[in-house]
Amino acid sequence: MTIQLTPQDTIERGLALAAAEGADGCVVLVSETSSTNLRWANNTLTTNGAMRGSSVTVIATVGSGEGTAAGVIGRSSVTEDSLREIVSAAIATARSAGPAEDARPLVDGTVGADWDLEPEETTVGVYEKFAPSLGESLKQADLERRRLYGFANHEVVTLYVGSSTGLRLRQALPRGYVSSTGKNADLSHSAWVGTATRDFTDVDALALDTELTRRLGWASRTVSVDAGRHPTVLPPAAVADLMTYLYWQLDGRDAFDGQTVFSKSGGGTRIGDTLSQQPVSMHSDPALAGLEAFAFAVARSSGGSSSVFDNGLTLQATDWIRGGKLEHLMTSRHTAELIGVPEATPDIANYVVSVDGGAGSTDDLVAGLDNGLLVTCLWYIRMVDPQTLLLTGLTRDGVYLVEGGEVAGAVNNFRFNESPVDLLARFTGAGATVPSYSREWGDYFSRTATPPLLVPDFNMSSVSQAN
Amino acid sequence: MSLSLHRRALSGSLYKVDTVPEVDASFLALPRHQLAQAALQRARDLGATYAEFRLERIRSESIALRDSVLESANDDEDLGLAVRVIHDGTWGFAAGVALTEDEAVRVAEQAVNMAQVSRPINAETIELADEPVYDDVTWLSSYEIDPFTVPRADKVALLTDYSDRLLKADGVAHVSVHVATIHECKYYANTAGTSYTQQRVRIGPNITAHAVAEDRFDSMSTCAPPAGRGWEYMTGTGWNWDEELAQIPGWLAEKLAAPTVEAGEYDVVIDPTNLWLTIHESIGHATELDRALGYEANYAGTSFATTDKLGTLKYGSPVMHVTGDRTVEHGLSTVGYDDEGVAGQQWDLVKDGILVGYQVDRRMAKKNEDLLGTPRSNGCAYADSSGHIPIQRMANVSLQPAANGPSTEELISRVKNGIYIVGDKSWSIDMQRYNFQFTGQRFYKIVDGKIVGQLRDVAYQATTTDFWGSMEAVGGPQTYLLGGALNCGKAEPSQSGAVTHGCPSALFRSVRILNTTQEAGR
Repeated sequence: MTIQLTPQDTIERGLALAAAEGADGCVVLVSETSSTNLRWANNTLTTNGAMRGSSVTVIATVGSGEGTAAGVIGRSSVTEDSLREIVSAAIATARSAGPAEDARPLVDGTVGADWDLEPEETTVGVYEKFAPSLGESLKQADLERRRLYGFANHEVVTLYVGSSTGLRLRQALPRGYVSSTGKNADLSHSAWVGTATRDFTDVDALALDTELTRRLGWASRTVSVDAGRHPTVLPPAAVADLMTYLYWQLDGRDAFDGQTVFSKSGGGTRIGDTLSQQPVSMHSDPALAGLEAFAFAVARSSGGSSSVFDNGLTLQATDWIRGGKLEHLMTSRHTAELIGVPEATPDIANYVVSVDGGAGSTDDLVAGLDNGLLVTCLWYIRMVDPQTLLLTGLTRDGVYLVEGGEVAGAVNNFRFNESPVDLLARFTGAGATVPSYSREWGDYFSRTATPPLLVPDFNMSSVSQAN
Repeated sequence: MSLSLHRRALSGSLYKVDTVPEVDASFLALPRHQLAQAALQRARDLGATYAEFRLERIRSESIALRDSVLESANDDEDLGLAVRVIHDGTWGFAAGVALTEDEAVRVAEQAVNMAQVSRPINAETIELADEPVYDDVTWLSSYEIDPFTVPRADKVALLTDYSDRLLKADGVAHVSVHVATIHECKYYANTAGTSYTQQRVRIGPNITAHAVAEDRFDSMSTCAPPAGRGWEYMTGTGWNWDEELAQIPGWLAEKLAAPTVEAGEYDVVIDPTNLWLTIHESIGHATELDRALGYEANYAGTSFATTDKLGTLKYGSPVMHVTGDRTVEHGLSTVGYDDEGVAGQQWDLVKDGILVGYQVDRRMAKKNEDLLGTPRSNGCAYADSSGHIPIQRMANVSLQPAANGPSTEELISRVKNGIYIVGDKSWSIDMQRYNFQFTGQRFYKIVDGKIVGQLRDVAYQATTTDFWGSMEAVGGPQTYLLGGALNCGKAEPSQSGAVTHGCPSALFRSVRILNTTQEAGR
């Protein structure tokens, strides 16, 4: 018989089954998700969806020789009957594995105040205000012979974590974003805007279209610019495109093993090294207002500086880079010990880049630039050389010539080859940090805040014909 | 210098070899027919003019070792149902996870509701190209050993052995191993009467050796591509692991000590272990009709190969013949039927260097029937799970070899001053598929037709039509290899697709080579 369980029941029964079958420890994670989306192209809706998902991950631990082994099994659509099979499989997997290198005592804890609450959910109703204004903007674009393409997504993830050591945690996180591209009638020019949101009450499709129209207007004059090193204003979205990649390279184990830009020549990590003479910082904090992230470690597998034994570990605000100096790398309890730092600093699903004294907006940096480029966003960013964190990628949907502090026309696209670590050492101007939405990574890492930056010599390696 | 690949007989295996694999019994035990009937009937009752139902179960296993120690071993399963409808000329899609008739009905209702909410912003009446009805048919991919029947400990033992071989070699500081296996079961039914059950198995291994010198570090990965095969792939069927693992430490040491490349224009011979990725990015995506029509303009991008150029665009040199297919054995995009109930097919995309075809789904086939010259979809609809809507995804897009064509060594012999490129690494291409840049695992300097040693810090950069136009020769069938990827991303919300690209070695003239150290300003 198919009996669906509540998240809390799943966890309690899973832990009880694990104990009954002889597991030394157990962690059960239940994730309930709901999402709804709208997608449009050529001024009409193309697809949509309303999805509900559920997943259960059972991590069983057993003694293994002189250590502890872990077995991990994940399933969606778990029923009372299938839960027993999952727990048994996790224990069997643990028993067949050798001692885990990252084994540590499971995290202790208590029952959270909101433990008993049901999962939160989103519905298509979240677009109650947005959808009509989107419809209006699509009609308006049709009348004005512009074309709009875009995507709006809203999701709510409610995560429950329970352990044989008493941990009972629950947290619900909403997340939304909209990304919209405009093109002129002959498709020769394009512009892009994007923003993250928690509930779409603060997103106005008509206002987004107004900004797209303004930028498309900048293409009334077009200018060819050669490849080379150009003074370039990167708005917060483009800075997030680059800095998110840097953030993901902060893995302490990889650095310790001599595989990243944060590895020290001859061995060890570069913690303590000065990366930039500028007063630039990167930090994460799960409690950041508007960028809230899970407040505890969540690991469905071990790897690098992530450990299944750390599930539920309270995440503390962490300075990765402070005043230009590398302060911390991402570590589990295991890798913290390995690389010789006093405490674990697991990854957190948000970050803020800030520059002391940074003030003003992208427009202010443009106003201070005599001759250079304004780039909207970056795309298809991939690592070329891990030793320098050299990244390649393209400009996209809006590169503009700046002359005398004003946008003077639209410019061709470029391929770039640049290192975000080097950029932190080379920028010569910075604005205030604001919430940003990365074009490249924002669909699954949208909790970022970054400043606009002025880079005096951004390396445009070649011209791209794309428009 | 290319890897010699032999199919090796599986001998002494302790595992069941499914000479005639069967659909997993536990999937067949699910109430797929009842769920489909409940959902499709509810959609009809609510006025849907068309509806389709999918029940999908995707099992995936990921095993990772670091320095021969098991780092993680995960076993996941994604199971759920989905309903897509056309209601009042508008798509509506919904998905759920509970496998009950009540949930199937609820999901159908939600799909219709999505169509109704979306109707005011839909300016196009959705119509689909016709397709014959396939009544309760079954299709399975070609493999010998279901990876999920092999004990985990046996898999880890084999991978530990592979890792140890590298870790014990001089100059290798660290070794990382990762193997992903996927077992996909799908039941599909639509209101036209088609229904099928389909099972596919695929595997993606990667083994990388890392070296750390005083002033730099580097790595060397295996070139074994992901494949539509079972666990037999890891024991030598379809790839010669013994030979490749034995050579990696030497290749890595040579690379670490190699001279840096002098940037400039070179003739290049590209091995299929690298060229598959260039095909993927510059041909595979560029010949997707949804991109050419602008549907991906906000995300994955569009294509320079627009519909007005069909039949006239000079994509490359006359030796260029590229096919799309969903039928090749062991292909990652090979299916019996796609996610709109269309049977797998093969067709030309580029013939004699001219753009002649696209990859399409049923909606695009109907809307562009005159352009395409056929009323039928070529079967390129795919959703990566029950939780996602089917979209046009990539077929196996392959560059055909020349009958009686040259070997890789013969291609190299035609080069006076050039580079032979092996294995894939970094990749990037612009939003319209013009400008690309790739690196690789190994770069061999060619002087007077002979390889004289490795180079480092190499990337090649080109514009798609210039690059394929510079292709002077393609190798023969003896150089042909199926490459591919498990992780091709597209669409919003983002979906991951697996796809194979077959190709021979090929010779290109005057390709721009960058020095990546100089690009970094060092």
